Amino acid sequence: MAAWLKRNFFSSPLSTALTVALVALAVWLGPRLVDWALVGAVFRTADPEDCRKATGACWAVIAEKHRVMLFGTYPYDQHWRGLVAVALIFAMMLASTVRAFWSWRLLLAWVAAMAAALALQFGGFLGLPHVPTTRWGGLPLTMLLFLGTVAGGVPLAIVLALGRRSDLPAIRMLSIGYIETIRGVPLVNVLFMASLMIPLFLPEGVNFDKLLRAQVGMILFFAAYAAEVVRGGLQAVPRGQYEAADSLGASTWDRTVRIVLPQALRIVIPPLVNDIIRAFKNTSLLLIIGLFDVLGGTMAALEDPNWSRFYAEAYLFVAAIYFVVCFSMSQYSQRLETSLARGRNF
Amino acid sequence: MTASDPIVRIDGVVKRFGAFEALKGVDLTIRRGERVVVCGPSGSGKSTLIRCINRLEEADGGRIVVDGIELGDDVRAIRAVRRRTAMVFQSFNLFPHLTVLENLTFAPVSVLGMPRAEAEARAMKYLELVHIAEHALAYPGRLSGGQQQRVAIARALAIEPEILLFDEPTSALDPEMIKEVLDVIVDLARQERTMIVVTHEMGFARAVADRVIFMDAGRIVEEGPPATFFANPRHERTRLFLSQILEH
Repeated sequence: MAAWLKRNFFSSPLSTALTVALVALAVWLGPRLVDWALVGAVFRTADPEDCRKATGACWAVIAEKHRVMLFGTYPYDQHWRGLVAVALIFAMMLASTVRAFWSWRLLLAWVAAMAAALALQFGGFLGLPHVPTTRWGGLPLTMLLFLGTVAGGVPLAIVLALGRRSDLPAIRMLSIGYIETIRGVPLVNVLFMASLMIPLFLPEGVNFDKLLRAQVGMILFFAAYAAEVVRGGLQAVPRGQYEAADSLGASTWDRTVRIVLPQALRIVIPPLVNDIIRAFKNTSLLLIIGLFDVLGGTMAALEDPNWSRFYAEAYLFVAAIYFVVCFSMSQYSQRLETSLARGRNF
Repeated sequence: MTASDPIVRIDGVVKRFGAFEALKGVDLTIRRGERVVVCGPSGSGKSTLIRCINRLEEADGGRIVVDGIELGDDVRAIRAVRRRTAMVFQSFNLFPHLTVLENLTFAPVSVLGMPRAEAEARAMKYLELVHIAEHALAYPGRLSGGQQQRVAIARALAIEPEILLFDEPTSALDPEMIKEVLDVIVDLARQERTMIVVTHEMGFARAVADRVIFMDAGRIVEEGPPATFFANPRHERTRLFLSQILEH
């Protein structure tokens, strides 16, 4: 024990100094944090006055405002629809982590689940009132846009990456031009262009949904980055793999889809998940074109002057939601890497 | 078809890599059923030559006709030639993400359009032929080099090619694994298959080759049946090569 302590915490003067400094910081900060977050905190009250008098955190703001934070501007009495949609999405994500479920049936289940979640959000059938997309918001909006971005963006990224390596100059130039242009522009800019500029180029009377335009913008942006990640994976597949497939008479399609891509995509799981996590957090930029995702919903909730001073607690809550989703994805990708590598040393 | 009709005709083939001329006009005719060993120092163009036969390299000049099909820019002709030839590589090049069985069924299913069950039966037949059927469900990464190369040979056989091409099949193997692979190739050679083998294994050449071809600096220097080739090499360059390779 003593030896272990010495090796890990007091191995050198610098290490000893750092250990002492960190322990001091923990001793100083720890009790204050506990005081603020637990001892002096108010967990439940409908009266902001109670919070103002308290010495600690006002977690009550979450209990009071969670509906607006989680569902944004969606009609209050219809929030259950968003809840069911989000539950459906999370259930599908969980089911997808089980290798035994991996088949075309899972893909069909995803299509069905997404269709059901969208239908629930839209309404207009079975007595569910129709809700226009401009009023969608909160976590359902975040999750739907995120999944849409990944579902549309990953295939587009693969096409672009293959296009960039194509033997046909026109296709190669088009792919390079696209990737470099989109990568050279901030996402905020892409979203503004999608929401403000696209309508200018459309003929009179043709007007497609602002949410759909944002979704298209996010897919285009995601694909440009992910394409470069996928290209890295393609380059990492040894030339011998192409030659082996060619020498057996495989078509370019079979070679690409059955031999090269499966290996390339496995290689790029870590950076691709990195991009996917970023795409999840980028949904918060929808705010700037007037769509209220879960972060936007929180900002809207804090406009209530009675509760606006408790923004720290509200933002911590939203941060926790983002963190749980992102951290789960990161953990899952690491598990996936290990399980895919089992028995295959490459 | 008689045993003497030509299955591969190579006329004046030239191949350049940038400024380097790897093949400087090679002529070679190979008869159906013939077993040919190609040897020569490294950089002599021997690998390039057999890679031109199934168009892994595109010749810059000359003609190559395989089983009556002329290799050109026509993709269908190239794929037709590749269905009639199969290559065993120095570095195996097995598909690491597929099991041994899937490595063998890939081409029969996607190239020949064979039903999966039939392709698997065929795969097992060839895995048994190379004595590795018990590893059918393993991934290549779990196998030794010798085992991997035997799987690669079975994979080549699974498309039932007219011509088997071997590109230094034992050069990447540990010495104790060379024999198990050579034994398999010798077995195949005894079955009257057309085989073109690039190798430094002169014992193998002596035992099974109908003809030995010696290349140097992009040209065929000398060729002949192994008996005369090893006993009475005509060219000084051949003698030097043989003395170097047989002495070590």
